[in-house]
Amino acid sequence: MVAQNVVFGILAVAMVAAAFRLVTTQNVVRAALFLAIVLAGAAGLYILLAAEFVAWVQVLVYIGAVVVLLLFGVMLTRAPIGRDADLDNDQRILGALVALFLFGALGAVLLDAFGSDKFGDFAIRRTAEVSDSIFGAYVVPFEVSSVLLLAALVGAVALARRD
Amino acid sequence: MMFALEIPYWELTIIKTVIVLSIIPAGAVVLGYVFLLKMMAHMQSRMGPMEPGGFHGWFQLIGDGIKFIQKEDIIPGEADRRVFALAPLVVLISTFLLYVVVPTGPRLVVQNLDVGIFYALAVSSLGVIGVLMAGWASANKFALLGSLRAAGQLIAYELPLVLAVVGVVIQANTMSLQGIVHAQADGSIFGFSGLGNPFFFTQIVGFGIFLAAAQAELTQTPFDMPVAESELVAGYMTEYSGFRFLFFFMAEFGTALALSAIAATLYFGGWYQPLFKTGIMADLLGPVVLGIKVMLIAFLIFWIRFTFPRFREDQLQSFAWKILIPLSLVNIMVTAIFKVVL
Repeated sequence: MVAQNVVFGILAVAMVAAAFRLVTTQNVVRAALFLAIVLAGAAGLYILLAAEFVAWVQVLVYIGAVVVLLLFGVMLTRAPIGRDADLDNDQRILGALVALFLFGALGAVLLDAFGSDKFGDFAIRRTAEVSDSIFGAYVVPFEVSSVLLLAALVGAVALARRD
Repeated sequence: MMFALEIPYWELTIIKTVIVLSIIPAGAVVLGYVFLLKMMAHMQSRMGPMEPGGFHGWFQLIGDGIKFIQKEDIIPGEADRRVFALAPLVVLISTFLLYVVVPTGPRLVVQNLDVGIFYALAVSSLGVIGVLMAGWASANKFALLGSLRAAGQLIAYELPLVLAVVGVVIQANTMSLQGIVHAQADGSIFGFSGLGNPFFFTQIVGFGIFLAAAQAELTQTPFDMPVAESELVAGYMTEYSGFRFLFFFMAEFGTALALSAIAATLYFGGWYQPLFKTGIMADLLGPVVLGIKVMLIAFLIFWIRFTFPRFREDQLQSFAWKILIPLSLVNIMVTAIFKVVL
């Protein structure tokens, strides 16, 4: 498990550095690009955990669609090159508190649930198994979430078209 | 295994990486030479590329290469230098990752992923980020407009591309590209199994959608609004020169080669030829057979490119959303019905 630990270390350092630059950079487009690096690191973590399908869904949806949409929206409206002085707000303390709370809560939950698991002990999940459980045991939540997304889509169209 | 050659994992990975890294420029050179310089010259009576070096203008591409390499590397003063420099690399990496799953023989594949075709579609969407980076960092309104057009186009045509592939996945029962090849090799047409069953015959609608969407993903004419030279100079590539421009050029033709190879694998059986299904001969013939199929599909793509004029931006978007996507949904439904009934 040495190789996995080394790769995890590299990914973790890269993700933390990118996340730090994401909130400290003074340029909104660069922030979006750092976000892409963080999300790519998350995809790398999924691969380390042998969840291949989830990793590529992460790439396709979050990097290929969400970040692109973000960049698209920013560039269509206002995206100056260089430093942007008002890309900051005065709620740093509140933000730090929320981040600390999230870190504690998520860490506690993860430790409680998987604290005794060793790296590499899990079974590799084939994509076919994933789809079997989505369309078998979890078909109702899956359909409910797709109806929810459809409702959101219809709502967005209704809001955008006021004619 | 015919030869008991044991190569350590790391060495094997390095060998595979070097091969893929050399395929991209080599493929770009072959496609650029055969189609851009020769076919286009014949079809559009462009006589320049037929002259240099004497015989059929063989020296033209080498001359172009020398020209690009010795050009000055210019970065605009107002540009975001780092993002500007990184953008061509991001586009090239997206192309590079595409080759990981394309099988060229029963054992000749970099990595036969379980989710092969899905992986290919996921990494091909990374190139958009590079295009947006290039357009924004150039600090040029033509470049920005070009990259916004490119992003809108790539998002719109990503959908029919994915949906067209779903038909093949339903028919083959697998997303692994190697599995899709085997599904075609083991199939039969009305009991005749001599040629296998290329999905081209059953998925002909899907193939048409895939080809149209690939044409748009490659921003080839008639879908070349992002680099429309009469409106936007050269779109997101306007400010790039020298080897950075060469990177975009290589990525474009490398992606054309990769998408042709994926189309050949999905619809024409990839490396499969009827004589040898397994063994060393299938591995040796595989790249040649796949190469021939790839060149035929690339010929189709470039034939369309050299023949049709450019769409308008609104025509492009309505073609994707009003024709290609509904058609591919119908294709999926029909395929699924046949799958259940047969």
